[in-house]
Amino acid sequence: MDFKKIFRMNDKLYVGLAGLATDVQTLDQLLRFRMGLYELREEREMSPQVFTNMLSNLLYEKRFGPYFAEPIIAGLDENEKPYLATMDLIGAISKTKDFVVAGTAEGNMYGMCETLWKPDMDEEELFETIAQALLASVDRDALSGWGGVVHIITKKGVITRELKGRQD
Amino acid sequence: MSEFTLSPTSTPSPPGFSFDLTHRNALIAQSAAANNPGKLPKALKTGTTIVGLVYSNGIVLGADTRSTNDTTVADKNCDKIHYIAPNIYCCGAGTAADTEKTTETIASQMELLRLNCGSSTSRVVTACTLLKRMLFRHQGYISAALILGGCDVNGPHLYQIYPHGSTGKLPFTTMGSGSLAAMAVFEEGYRDDLEEGEAVELVRRAILAGIWNDLGSGSNVDTCVIRMDGSVEMGRNCVTPNDVGVLREKVVRSSVLDMKRGTTAVIGESFRKRSGGGVTLEDVVITEMET
Repeated sequence: MDFKKIFRMNDKLYVGLAGLATDVQTLDQLLRFRMGLYELREEREMSPQVFTNMLSNLLYEKRFGPYFAEPIIAGLDENEKPYLATMDLIGAISKTKDFVVAGTAEGNMYGMCETLWKPDMDEEELFETIAQALLASVDRDALSGWGGVVHIITKKGVITRELKGRQD
Repeated sequence: MSEFTLSPTSTPSPPGFSFDLTHRNALIAQSAAANNPGKLPKALKTGTTIVGLVYSNGIVLGADTRSTNDTTVADKNCDKIHYIAPNIYCCGAGTAADTEKTTETIASQMELLRLNCGSSTSRVVTACTLLKRMLFRHQGYISAALILGGCDVNGPHLYQIYPHGSTGKLPFTTMGSGSLAAMAVFEEGYRDDLEEGEAVELVRRAILAGIWNDLGSGSNVDTCVIRMDGSVEMGRNCVTPNDVGVLREKVVRSSVLDMKRGTTAVIGESFRKRSGGGVTLEDVVITEMET
């Protein structure tokens, strides 16, 4: 209950992990550990592209005994342009311009996003769209739910909103 | 979790795959089958059509751009023609991560070899040998079926490489789930010493046969021409028969689908202002100094 699935890596980079709870938390620890080492060694923040490759290699090292987690990487790159990527549990990266989804309500989320998403939304419209897509999807999935959380990553900062959802 | 406990000066973990979680995962799979608490995530596959062809002055490679997860299309426009060397490229079919990582590994080894030898181009046999050794070493568990093509000092070369490490050197070849559809086109249209234009057209037709007739393949056609003079022409999305952008522009989007402000009930909100970057006081727990 109230299990954290989205993790802040730095101001401009968040990662969502769907899958086995123990692996979600282990991966968050490993990623924070590696991010910390990188920041100390390089004295700069890790870009989303570098982060994606790091996570991909981390997952592929366990090719024959994988972590059961499907990550979504969202953030702003060095030029403040939106960056969105996902990968499977063994690190096959796929980058898209529109939306990515992961988890047990994946099929539902695809359906909602395909209908509700449109290009060039502002942050408030994007929030409403993503929140409605999420709530409608998890309500038709027995394994997801108990509320929701949306992070909107902007140039000024990150808006975090907790959604009111069904508690069953 | 040895990564946390080991000091940076102690011996690093050995290279290669880590099998730490294999036993645990076998147990999870066992209990999942018994209790069925939901499906375990599966790896992405590229149900694929990939082809390669030798023509009078070089090599033409071709691929579709669909990536699938079970029966869902996971990526509608992925890239299946991978870089190996400036004069060598490689098409991959099978598990997406495997084709990506094996070609990346070999590309890196080839670059180191070129730096060692002081040469600007690599030989295709070298790439083929490195790939087949790696795949054979893993006994077919790395499921990458590859078509390797390139031009070197000995002329144009085209190899097919199976996941178990067997190879074949051929004038034209197809692989992946759409290989039969593509081969039908090749068998009908191939002859020795095709001109470049004819060869590219034949490759496009072969990939399109896969896109239309194989359910695992779809979306667009990618091509890559490698010529004997060393020039490479990537034809990324050179045919886009499934582009729905034009169609969608004509459809009037209902305003019902535009979510208005305040649609969603919010029970908590916070704003985290962007800091200067790096580690801030918010990231650390402040404890009183011991005196």
